[in-house]
Amino acid sequence: MDRRSFLAATAAGAAALSVPTSLRAQTREAIRVGFPLPLTGPFSALANDLQRGATLAVEEVNARGGVLGRRMEVLFRDDQLKPAVGAQRTKELIENEKVQFVVGGLAAHVQMAINEQTKKSRVLFISVSQSDEISARPDTSPLTFHEALNPTITCRAVGSWVAQNLGTRWWIVYADYAWGKQCNAVLTDVLAKHGGTLLGATPYPLGNAEFVAHLPKIQAAKPDVLLSATPGADNIAFLKQVTSFGMKKQMRIAQPLQWMPVTKEGGPDLYAGIYAGINFYWEVEETIPSARRYVAAFRQRFGTPPLDYSSYGYSGILELARGVELAKSTDSDAVATALRAHPEYDHYKGKQWWRGCDNKSFQDLWIIRGREPDKVRGEWGLLDVVNRVPADEHLDRSCAEKGLA
Amino acid sequence: MVDLSLATLMTQLFTGLVLGMIFVLLAVGLSLIFGLLTVVNFAHGSLYMLGAYFGFFLFGLTGNFWVSLVGAPLMVGSFGLLVERFLVRPLYGRSIDDPLLLTFGLSLVLIEAARLVWGKIGVTFDPPRELGQAVNLGFTLFPAYRLFVIGVTAAVLVALWLFLSRTDLGLVIRAGSRDPLMVQALGIDLGRIRLLVFGIGALLAGLAGVLAGPMRGVYAEMGVTVVIEAFVVVVVGGMGSLAGAVLAGLMIGEVVGLTTLVAPKLSEIMVFIVMAVVLLVRPSGLLGEAGLLE
Repeated sequence: MDRRSFLAATAAGAAALSVPTSLRAQTREAIRVGFPLPLTGPFSALANDLQRGATLAVEEVNARGGVLGRRMEVLFRDDQLKPAVGAQRTKELIENEKVQFVVGGLAAHVQMAINEQTKKSRVLFISVSQSDEISARPDTSPLTFHEALNPTITCRAVGSWVAQNLGTRWWIVYADYAWGKQCNAVLTDVLAKHGGTLLGATPYPLGNAEFVAHLPKIQAAKPDVLLSATPGADNIAFLKQVTSFGMKKQMRIAQPLQWMPVTKEGGPDLYAGIYAGINFYWEVEETIPSARRYVAAFRQRFGTPPLDYSSYGYSGILELARGVELAKSTDSDAVATALRAHPEYDHYKGKQWWRGCDNKSFQDLWIIRGREPDKVRGEWGLLDVVNRVPADEHLDRSCAEKGLA
Repeated sequence: MVDLSLATLMTQLFTGLVLGMIFVLLAVGLSLIFGLLTVVNFAHGSLYMLGAYFGFFLFGLTGNFWVSLVGAPLMVGSFGLLVERFLVRPLYGRSIDDPLLLTFGLSLVLIEAARLVWGKIGVTFDPPRELGQAVNLGFTLFPAYRLFVIGVTAAVLVALWLFLSRTDLGLVIRAGSRDPLMVQALGIDLGRIRLLVFGIGALLAGLAGVLAGPMRGVYAEMGVTVVIEAFVVVVVGGMGSLAGAVLAGLMIGEVVGLTTLVAPKLSEIMVFIVMAVVLLVRPSGLLGEAGLLE
């Protein structure tokens, strides 16, 4: 070796050593994660939030040097809220783009289709939206993890709180599809356990914005509480019409689930005084350290506080990264085993854990109440936290009930 | 069991009327366009959606609901003129499927355009404060705004009827939908009449949209289910028949209202059951003329 090549080699070596770890991680092949979600269609606003959370998570992972010294890469693909498209995108992600893992899905029926594909290819899947079936027979698998809440947990938690605090003469209005029907069944059951009276239950077709024919009957029945399982844009139409009949003053209104983007769209006048359940509300940062860190990071990256679905996306990606680190491998079975062996984690809202028998994540949720318009804090300070419902495996069906004992 | 007191029945008949009026407003525009142009306007739901968004836009600009109520339909009507002139007109004389496909495509474009312009989540605007209250009707409390919508719809229908039956232009439109060839043979420029009628149809859809906005919220897909209901009303009433559209709209409103009282799950299906029964008995609809679609 002559002097010149010796100098060149040492210079290159020194340069390589001085490169930050985050860049060095990029020199090795990235860990690829497929992320199908409905970027177009009626859930596109929620999908945008989900994508932001996942984006922040992967940026944080790479900024601290990646996973196992490798960069992490997330490939977002539009599933158009259609099961067939979701299945196709997932198949392409696994077979053509060679992703090692899949996170995502934003509707129960699309999740099932994604899950079919990941099961077939033996790829670990972390599902990040509500579904009862995804963690029960016959859909679940040892490689299927469910990060979000589900209808049983949400409607049991909110239903019990409402029965104890707002009254036990109920009327339920629910969208006539999987999520709404499950929620209605759970609420009916919860009310019976509290010795309450169900004055009536009204199913309506999802996506129908006209409730006027149902409302006079409900008004005449004079329930203590009107429970509304009316997702998305239906929720605004429902509350507008309920308000126009003067019913907001005559009864309490409670919703098992409320979405932040929809709450902002409807505005504080519409949502003031309405009780609901939610998986995350950014103002809990005042009391929870991990939430404070998460909200600050999210604000810095996107200029707004994180919302309900951002948080699922964020936690889903970080949990995958944790599993790979624990397993020291990108093998799906090894990662799944590692997550079950070390089930506790806290990425953004306090302690969560995986239940070993069904890979279901247990986590706190909150009861919130719409803030009066004159008390609203900025663009997103729309809610008051009324109660924290601690994570509890009894809120879900047991593994025996899910056919997994 | 179901409580069938007189007050409940009255209330439900009344809500049926309210529902029916919205059906009518949408169906009349569709029917008018089909009657003269033989165009099945699948973009009608998107024009309804545009009406609501234009209403929101004008409301944001002026803070005045009445400006929205008048301005938004005019904007949609003007947009309708452009659609007829540049998109629909080249397709006259071709099979009925061509304008149908065109307007269907246009509706998809408009939905995505609304998402681009006004964002992926919807928007809202409120009725004026004086119409935001519930009024006691004796047998029930009812939102004042809904009563206002009935009033506006009735007034528009009367005006439309006067226009079609009492003015020369109305006479030409009616003649044009009966026998376009003869009208042209008499030296009348049917092209301009078609332009006008498409504009009026679009204006009525826009009016329905701006009226519905404060009740149902404003979002890109808001016209998707609505256009299907409007088509059912037009078919039941008889393609191209205005009186038929009014009759069918009110009838279907009442059927939905009363079914909701006894069996809410069936109320949605009842719309289609009514259509099936009517078409079995009168294949061209309640007041339709035979042969328009052949």
